[in-house]
Amino acid sequence: MTSEEIRDVIIDILSDIAPDEELGDLKDDVAFRDQLELDSMDFLDIVMELRKRYRVQVPEEDYGELASMQSTVTYLEPKMQDVQKA
Amino acid sequence: MYDTVIIGAGMSGLAAGIRLAHYDKRVCILERHTTIGGLNSFYRLGGRNYDVGLHAVTNFTPKGARKGPLARLLRQLRFRWDDFALAPQVGSEIAFPQERLQFGNGIELLESEVGRAFPKERDAFAKLMERIVDYDDLNQDLFEVSTREILAEIFHEPLLIEMLLCPLMWYGNPRERDMDFGQFCIMFRSIFCEGFGRPFAGVRLILKNLVRRFRSLGGELKMRSGVDHIHVENGKARGLVLEDGQEIEAAQIISSAGLVETMRLCDDVSEVDTTHAGRLSFMEAISVMDVEPKDIGFDKTVVFFNDSEQFLWERPDTLIDGRTGVICSPNNYAYTGDRETFPEGMIRITAQANFDHWHALDDASYQLAKTKSYNELLSSAVRFIPDFRSRVIATDVFTPTTIRRFTGHDQGTVYGATHKTLDGSTHLPNLHLCGTDQGFIGIVGAMMGGISIANYCLSGMSSHDSTVMESGS
Repeated sequence: MTSEEIRDVIIDILSDIAPDEELGDLKDDVAFRDQLELDSMDFLDIVMELRKRYRVQVPEEDYGELASMQSTVTYLEPKMQDVQKA
Repeated sequence: MYDTVIIGAGMSGLAAGIRLAHYDKRVCILERHTTIGGLNSFYRLGGRNYDVGLHAVTNFTPKGARKGPLARLLRQLRFRWDDFALAPQVGSEIAFPQERLQFGNGIELLESEVGRAFPKERDAFAKLMERIVDYDDLNQDLFEVSTREILAEIFHEPLLIEMLLCPLMWYGNPRERDMDFGQFCIMFRSIFCEGFGRPFAGVRLILKNLVRRFRSLGGELKMRSGVDHIHVENGKARGLVLEDGQEIEAAQIISSAGLVETMRLCDDVSEVDTTHAGRLSFMEAISVMDVEPKDIGFDKTVVFFNDSEQFLWERPDTLIDGRTGVICSPNNYAYTGDRETFPEGMIRITAQANFDHWHALDDASYQLAKTKSYNELLSSAVRFIPDFRSRVIATDVFTPTTIRRFTGHDQGTVYGATHKTLDGSTHLPNLHLCGTDQGFIGIVGAMMGGISIANYCLSGMSSHDSTVMESGS
């Protein structure tokens, strides 16, 4: 997957988690926590969705890498480069 | 073989089931009754819809709010705010003979009412607010500090203390007389800082959404499936045996049956410790009227009344105690849909009741006691709201024995054990508690509790605390 496709994957996961959110305005460099008030339970959800959908494992010590869209995409790029778009 | 079997199709069990089924676990929910909901259920009688437990959904926050238990719950269960269709309250009241305090959704009205009625306590109230904001949710050590001691340090006016305690004890204090400060903070936030809401269709709307979602994710729901016992071998729960003899294997079991009740199910436990079993139970008098309450001058969502300057929160020695109670009307919410009007009015009044006294009655005396207690409770309540008794066209009453029949809780207890197990842990590593005895009260609280236990089961490897930590109701 390209970084653009990974971004789409994350947007798709977020729209499932928070169906009431307007994600078109999401700023990539601002923390999810600050923009969407996501908490640790929601981050666990992002991790579990990645595992469920793409078999991508995010170890607990790396959860911090998922702080914003930018950091998430950067972190996932090497992990998902061989993953095919669904 | 199931990954998880959940005992009880109430709010907490259904929420836990949705989380687990969403992440591809094989989940089965066992419900003893023919109807779902447990403490928060619904029924039809004489052509009318009734709710069982629902006065109001607490923790109400408006659409678009991202903070607070309701918003977190919606994200965890992947619902839209509109799926629960909560209409906000129109306004509630704490009514004592000496003073009345109004409150609405959000702390502002209560704050100004405290300032009006108790001007010298303004700063003290601000100080209390700070403590509540700072309170660390779900720290078990801090949880059990005495609320009365803390309030006595902060306030000088005893009446204000009693008035603040009245709604918060009513809506979720399993202990008699005093309240755990942790529970106080949780209730204060959910009632005074957030607020009340209700779906026009009542609790059935929420329950039906939960069941539909659970089933669409592949979850199994077995009705009329009471559990006879949980089979334990070598320190682990291996499975369950149903009352009809059917055996079910499960890797994990989550029980919403209550702490004492769950321990009694385990075949490795010979003597159940009932030291912390709750014994507070209620009677509720439901009156249907030929007019809406507002037409006879009753326009409050909930009125918490107490007829002396001291608020008594304890099990009465009589069938019921009409000195304090909760009056509420499902009519009095700010519904906005075109067809969301009621042809009739309904007023529900709740009082403390004594399970043993009700339980000891034979059939004929029980029916008589229901009528007598209904009348007693109404005469007490109309001291605080307009007398509506001449408009009543239908009634229903439930008592502590009704509550026990439908929830299985000893003593017909509603708020459960006096000592809460916040992380749901038991003496077995793969048996967890959810629901009332986990310390999560109210509809949103119950669902959050179920979610936190499901998340613990899902994350497996991470510590018990990290997933439960932030889930406070």
